[in-house]
Amino acid sequence: MSKNKSEYLINRNDNQYEVVIGLEVHAQVTSESKLFSTSATKFGAEPNTQVSLVDAAFPGMLPVINEYCVKQAIKTGIGLKAKINKRSVFDRKNYFYADLPQGYQISQFKDPIVGEGKVILDMQDGQKEVGIERLHLEQDAGKSIHDLDPKNTFVDLNRSGVALMEIVSKPDLRSPDEVNAYIKKLRSIMRYLGTCDGNMQEGSLRADVNVSVRKKGSKEFGTRCEIKNVNSIKFMQMAIEYEANRQVDLIEDGQTIDQETRLFDTKKNETRSMRSKEDAHDYRYFPDPDLLPLEVSDDFIENLKSEIPELPDEKKKRFIEKFKLSPYEANILVSDIETSNYFENVIKKSDVKLATNWIIGELFAALNEKNLEITESPISAGNLSKLINLIKDGTISGKIAKTVFEQMMEGDKDPKKIVEEKGLKQESDPKALEALIDKVIDDNRDKATEYKSGKVKLFGFFVGQVMKVSGGKANPQLVNEILKKKL
Amino acid sequence: MSDITKQSLSELVENIKGKKLSSSEVTKAFVERSEKSKELNAYITEDYANALNKAKKFDEKPNLDLKLPGIPMAVKDLFCTRDLRTTAGSKILNNFVPTYESTVTQNIWNEGAILMGKLNCDEFAMGSSNETSFFGNVQNPIDKNLVPGGSSGGSSSAVAAQLTPITIGTDTGGSIRQPASFTGTVGLKPTYGSCSRYGIVAFASSLDQAGPMAQNVKDCALLQEVISTYDEKDSTSIDFKRNEYSKELTKDIKGKKIGIPKEYRVDGMPKEIEDLWKKGIEYAKDCGAEIIDISLPHTNYALPTYYIVAPAEASSNLARYDGVKYGFRVEGENLIDMYEKTRSEGFGAEVQRRIMIGTYVLSSGYYDAYYLKAQKVRKLIKNDFDDAYKKVDAILTPSTPSSAFKIGEKTNDPVSMYLNDIFTVPVNLAGLPGISIPAGHDAKGYPLGLQIIGKAFNEQNILNIAHAMEEKINFKNNINDWWIK
Repeated sequence: MSKNKSEYLINRNDNQYEVVIGLEVHAQVTSESKLFSTSATKFGAEPNTQVSLVDAAFPGMLPVINEYCVKQAIKTGIGLKAKINKRSVFDRKNYFYADLPQGYQISQFKDPIVGEGKVILDMQDGQKEVGIERLHLEQDAGKSIHDLDPKNTFVDLNRSGVALMEIVSKPDLRSPDEVNAYIKKLRSIMRYLGTCDGNMQEGSLRADVNVSVRKKGSKEFGTRCEIKNVNSIKFMQMAIEYEANRQVDLIEDGQTIDQETRLFDTKKNETRSMRSKEDAHDYRYFPDPDLLPLEVSDDFIENLKSEIPELPDEKKKRFIEKFKLSPYEANILVSDIETSNYFENVIKKSDVKLATNWIIGELFAALNEKNLEITESPISAGNLSKLINLIKDGTISGKIAKTVFEQMMEGDKDPKKIVEEKGLKQESDPKALEALIDKVIDDNRDKATEYKSGKVKLFGFFVGQVMKVSGGKANPQLVNEILKKKL
Repeated sequence: MSDITKQSLSELVENIKGKKLSSSEVTKAFVERSEKSKELNAYITEDYANALNKAKKFDEKPNLDLKLPGIPMAVKDLFCTRDLRTTAGSKILNNFVPTYESTVTQNIWNEGAILMGKLNCDEFAMGSSNETSFFGNVQNPIDKNLVPGGSSGGSSSAVAAQLTPITIGTDTGGSIRQPASFTGTVGLKPTYGSCSRYGIVAFASSLDQAGPMAQNVKDCALLQEVISTYDEKDSTSIDFKRNEYSKELTKDIKGKKIGIPKEYRVDGMPKEIEDLWKKGIEYAKDCGAEIIDISLPHTNYALPTYYIVAPAEASSNLARYDGVKYGFRVEGENLIDMYEKTRSEGFGAEVQRRIMIGTYVLSSGYYDAYYLKAQKVRKLIKNDFDDAYKKVDAILTPSTPSSAFKIGEKTNDPVSMYLNDIFTVPVNLAGLPGISIPAGHDAKGYPLGLQIIGKAFNEQNILNIAHAMEEKINFKNNINDWWIK
């Protein structure tokens, strides 16, 4: 066993192997139009309805850079605490495929728009820094559809020319858990920035996963394999696990690992060789002569910096310092910009501690059950805030609040109204409670006598009876106090 | 008027504006002459009926404030024209009809001109003799069986034979100036970034530039004025102040310093060319220009540099012709088979040769030795010109190392064919403007041209020098309409 609890190691015949992972994440830039054309980018449109002459590579058509996409890439770079390159160059990556109309993809090869940066992960045993190698802008290809016809392949060019950011990490990741945390953090940062919606189901975020293994303690990297185009975190984790074990088996068997590109078969849960290094494409990269080098000024970058919102790391720090949240609570609340917005709206007018508990506890559970996002929450931040105030000022008990909350989940209703309509207001008038308690004691004379003679366990019975008679509305704290006196 | 087609553009414009001629009369005259001239094979696609209709419409409501009021013209078949087949001289685009218009041709129609048809050219503008066209070679009206130059061979032939009063070509390594020189006409290659490349079938993006071809310098200036506009649809288009070239045209070039680069005296250059150049220098002096000897030390490397850069870009630019989306397709067993059959049958030998060269020089392991080195040399060539322009306003050279050659003479010797571009290629590599004007004849009576190279964005200066020299040279083309029976 390793010393570090969360360390991910593969054990074989007394050998321990460390897994080294690097990711190339392809993140679709949030933008109305494509990287070099004015076509729309809406997901789910009818095939070939969002295609311009440029996207379909008609003769004489020329690319014109979309400034908004450039801004989005730079913002993302700032979010990754990365170096922004004032001069970057678009290159052509040449290869033939039916869904690549130009016969080349416009990408950035030697001079990307964003250089080295970093991402901080919050792991169970502390923080981990993952280096970013680079971020570059490139065009997406179209989509080949092979299963509509036994003989023909259909091509949908809606995606052709859509702007992608390729974010390349350094080989700093060491476990499927870290990959999970990395992707989530990257997604969170981009969603805060509004530069990528991070929707993996729609293909807005996918990754090529580079995996190698080495004996624990070794400084040398092993030969890596690249697993292409994995589109969910779960599949990434499964692919890594499979691939790392496959490589370890090979080494233990005295064989060597071939550097190659592999595919992950999600049905069989295995990776398969796609092409070896020898068969690797020669993409014949060269600067695209249709586009001048992309040059941005310091002012341009500074202006974008001023548009950057508070990002998760800073927000977490503020939540801990200002609201005295635990790191665990803060992490949960900042992981998603919508959640943190919701939280901040609730606590504008209500108690932070209660709000934190109710959001992380009741609200998340309820949303989870209904499979809803925080943005789809039936309970608005304003009404949750009111509910919390009703608890805080003693109008209702925590228990009653849960009933009210359940009703609010059915449709965003003002909790005060629910309390009034259903008569759920907590009874906190000592005189009314005394009368109630007197009656309960009166009705249970024998038990009262037993209690007095030392059977103190019966106290709970009396509390229960009072609550029952009051329909759950009696203020439990007061009931306790008065009962103690009376008995 | 029986001699309509003999008139220059300026005369035609004047006559239409003065209501001495209608657009219909002019268009009819050029259409009729074009129809009688099929033997030249200057056209790939004729659009005469539409042209006559458009002329009629123009005459019904003539807008005489336009720069090219009702003027008919045919254009090189490299410009995409809406609803009219655009082939780039290739089988692979044999059936291609664009739904869009190139910026340059749109500018022309906006000034009132009328499209008569699309002119022959080397396939994808790759050639110096118009012999690589899928639609057959073009005859030079100077003499039967003589090439008209290339790649804008249909354009030069049509202007020289007066099938169109003016035309436009494209020039990647000399494709306007060399055919102009071979046919005794005037051709201008503007500064890179002057005319939009939007809608022009691409050959080599960093070198391609559209430009005017005409009977004389003044017509050339007027057409340049029309086609040169800043265009946001072309990222390499440059927003600079453009002159009204025809209005500002002057023959006063007194005191202009004209450089004579010693490196252009190449080995084996015919004496006739040497003599023409000397005569050119005398003409320039007669116009009041000052002659200064200069050096462009990297000239020798221009041709090899060009034949790396241009094919490299072409190999990538032509990847889109794959049989998938439009154009010619040969069905195959699978995708790769379809690609191979389509491109093997769709492209001619010269285009395939250049795709192979381009693919090779960009391949990993060769990129640094070829493409990267060529880019460095290209910079040195540009620096040569920058240095020279510290001393001179323009540079005078021959346009070509020889007069027009016979059809078939060089088809089996690509290197000798490529050598034709030796004086024109450096200008493209440096992105400069250059104009070829007819300046004399060789012993066989074939025209020879002189090239004036200018500073970037200063088309006006070389047009002025050409205009002044044109008067002194007083060139007359010997065309006897041999093809009209």
